[in-house]
Amino acid sequence: MATDSTPIPTQAPAPAEAASDEVLRVEHIVKRFGALTALSDVNLRLGRGEVLGLIGDNGAGKSTLMKIICGYHRPDAGRIFVNGEEVALRSVDHARAVGIDTVYQDLALVNELSVYHNMFLNREKVWWPFLNNRRMRRLAEEHLADMGVGIPDVGVEVAKLSGGQRQAIAVARSVYSDAKVLLLDEPLAAMGAKEGALILDLVRDIKARGEVSIIIIAHNYGQVLEVCDRVNLLQHGEITFDKRAADTSLVELNDLVVAEYRAARARRSAGG
Amino acid sequence: MSETVHVVEPVERAGPPPRPAGRRNALSLLRDALLRRREASVLIVALALMAYFQFTKSIFLTHDNLRNIAQATAPNAIVATGIVLLLVSGEIDLSVGMTFALAPFLMHYFADFYHVPAIAAILLALIVAAGIGWFNGFISIVLRVPSFVATLGTFYALQGFLLTTSHAYPAEIPKGMEGAIRGWLGAADWAELSWCVVIVVVFHVVLTRTRWGLHTISVGGNIVGATEAGIRARRIKIGNFMIASVLAAFAGIMEAFRVHTIDPNLGGGAQIPFLAISAAVIGGTALAGGSGTIAGAFVGALVLAELQDGFNLIGISANPYFLILGGAILVSMVANQYLSRLRRTGRT
Repeated sequence: MATDSTPIPTQAPAPAEAASDEVLRVEHIVKRFGALTALSDVNLRLGRGEVLGLIGDNGAGKSTLMKIICGYHRPDAGRIFVNGEEVALRSVDHARAVGIDTVYQDLALVNELSVYHNMFLNREKVWWPFLNNRRMRRLAEEHLADMGVGIPDVGVEVAKLSGGQRQAIAVARSVYSDAKVLLLDEPLAAMGAKEGALILDLVRDIKARGEVSIIIIAHNYGQVLEVCDRVNLLQHGEITFDKRAADTSLVELNDLVVAEYRAARARRSAGG
Repeated sequence: MSETVHVVEPVERAGPPPRPAGRRNALSLLRDALLRRREASVLIVALALMAYFQFTKSIFLTHDNLRNIAQATAPNAIVATGIVLLLVSGEIDLSVGMTFALAPFLMHYFADFYHVPAIAAILLALIVAAGIGWFNGFISIVLRVPSFVATLGTFYALQGFLLTTSHAYPAEIPKGMEGAIRGWLGAADWAELSWCVVIVVVFHVVLTRTRWGLHTISVGGNIVGATEAGIRARRIKIGNFMIASVLAAFAGIMEAFRVHTIDPNLGGGAQIPFLAISAAVIGGTALAGGSGTIAGAFVGALVLAELQDGFNLIGISANPYFLILGGAILVSMVANQYLSRLRRTGRT
C-alpha cells in the first residue's frame, strides 16, 4: 500500500490546493515497534505558511509521527514529500538540511551559554580559529528584535531566562536557520498563561510572514486552536479528523476525544 | 566567560539598558567582578596569601623562593588545564597521575632502548599519551563506563605497566637530552612556568573563544541538547581526554628533566590528579560540567603552591598543609555553589 500513488489521501474532505502550495506531504506512514503498531496509516499534508495543530491523546502516536517527520525514526512503510519531492529522511541532520527543524520539549538549549551562543549553537560564526562573538551578538539581537522577542541582553546565560523566553529563543533559532517546516513539540507544556501567550504571539508573527510552515504537536489543544489554520486529530495511529480550525470548535474536539476514550474503554471491558 | 566588552549597537534595544553605567562605585564593581569572573575571588585569595607570607617571612618574594613557587605551580597547573577541559565536558580523568609518571619512562625507553633521536622520543611519548587518552575516552564514552571508574582502571593498569617495565627503579635522563633540550623543557629556571603560562593562555582561549570550547561547554551542560543541535559529543569528549593525557605527559617529562631523574614515583601517583582537581575546584570549576575556568585553575594551583611553600618558610610541618587544603576545597566549593546561585537568580 505504500506504493499507492493516489494524491493527497486524506480521510476528511480537504480544501483542494495545488501541489506547489504544499511544503510537506506524508502518505500512508506505518511504524511498528515489535508487536506494537504505533502508526497504522497516517496521511498528512502541510500547506505553505500554514499552521497545523496535530492533536491527540497520550499514546496516540504523536511523538512517533513527529520523530518520523524530523528524521529520527524511519517509517516501516509510507512516503514523505518535501516541496513535492519524495525524500527518504536518513537522520535529524538530513531532515534539517531539507528544511525540517524541530523545537523539542527540552529545547536543546545549553543553560550555561549566552542567548547568542545558543542561537548559533553548532552554526557559529567564526573568524577562524576564533568565535566571532560580536557578529553573533549583533545578528542575534537583530533577529530577535525582528521577531519581536524581547530579550534585554543577549549576553546573559539562558539559565536566567523564563520558560517562555527560552522557548521563544529555541523557535527563533529554528526560524533563523532557514527552516521551512517547523515542528513544535508541546510548546505550551508546563507554561503559564502569560508565557504561553508569548509563544502564541510568536507563532502568529511567523504565520504572518508566511515563509515558515508550522506543525504544533499538543495534547492540550485549547490554546493551540487559537493560532492554527487547520487541526488534525491523531487517534490510535491514524488521522481521524482533518478540518479547518474555523470550522471546528473546542467542544467538537473534546467530544471526539471523549468518544474515542469511551469506545476504547468499552472495547477493553468487552474484551476482558 | 561571557563577554564583558559591550559593543556599540546601531540597533535599538527593547527595554532599558541592563545596567546604568553612572551609578557604579568601587564596591559594586568588585561585587560584579566576583559574580561575573570566577577567577577574581581566587585571585584575591592568592594575593592575600602572598601579602601574608611576605609580611611574616620577608624572603617569600625573593627570586629564589618565587622560583620554588613557580616549580610547584607549573606541573599542577598544566595537568589541571586538561582536567578543567574534561570537567567542563562532564568527565574526569584520574589516570593523568600515571600518565605523568609514565611519559618520561616512555621517552627513556624510546631513546635508550630503540635509539630514537631525542626530540622524536619525546614526541613519541606524547603520542602514546594521546593514545592513552583516546583509550580512556573510548571506554568512558563508547562503552559507557563512567569515566571515574574507567580512568581508575587505567590508573592502576598504567602503574602496573610502569613498575613492571622499569622494575620500580629510577632511570637516568637519556644522554642526548642533556643540555639544551633538558634546559628548554623544564630544567632552566623559569622554563616550566613559561610553558605552563603558554599552555594555560592557549587553552583558556580555546575554552572561551573557539568552537571547540563552546562545544565542550555544550556537551557538559546539556548533552542531549548539544547532540540535537548536531554537535558530535563523542568527538569532543574523547578529544578532551586526549588533550588531558598529552598535557599530563608533557608536564611529567618537564618535571623529570627538572628533578634530573626519571622516577617511577614522580609526582606521587594519585597526588597528581587530586591536586589538579583541587586546583580546578578552588579556581572555580564545578564538577557538574558545563562551566569552568582554566585561568582560575592556574590561580588555584598557585594558591596551593603558595600554601605549601609558605608553611615551609614559617616552619609549620607539612602535615597541617593537608588540613588547610581540605578546608580550602570545602570552602571554595560552598562559595562556588552560593555564587553560582547568585549568578543565576541575581541581575547580570
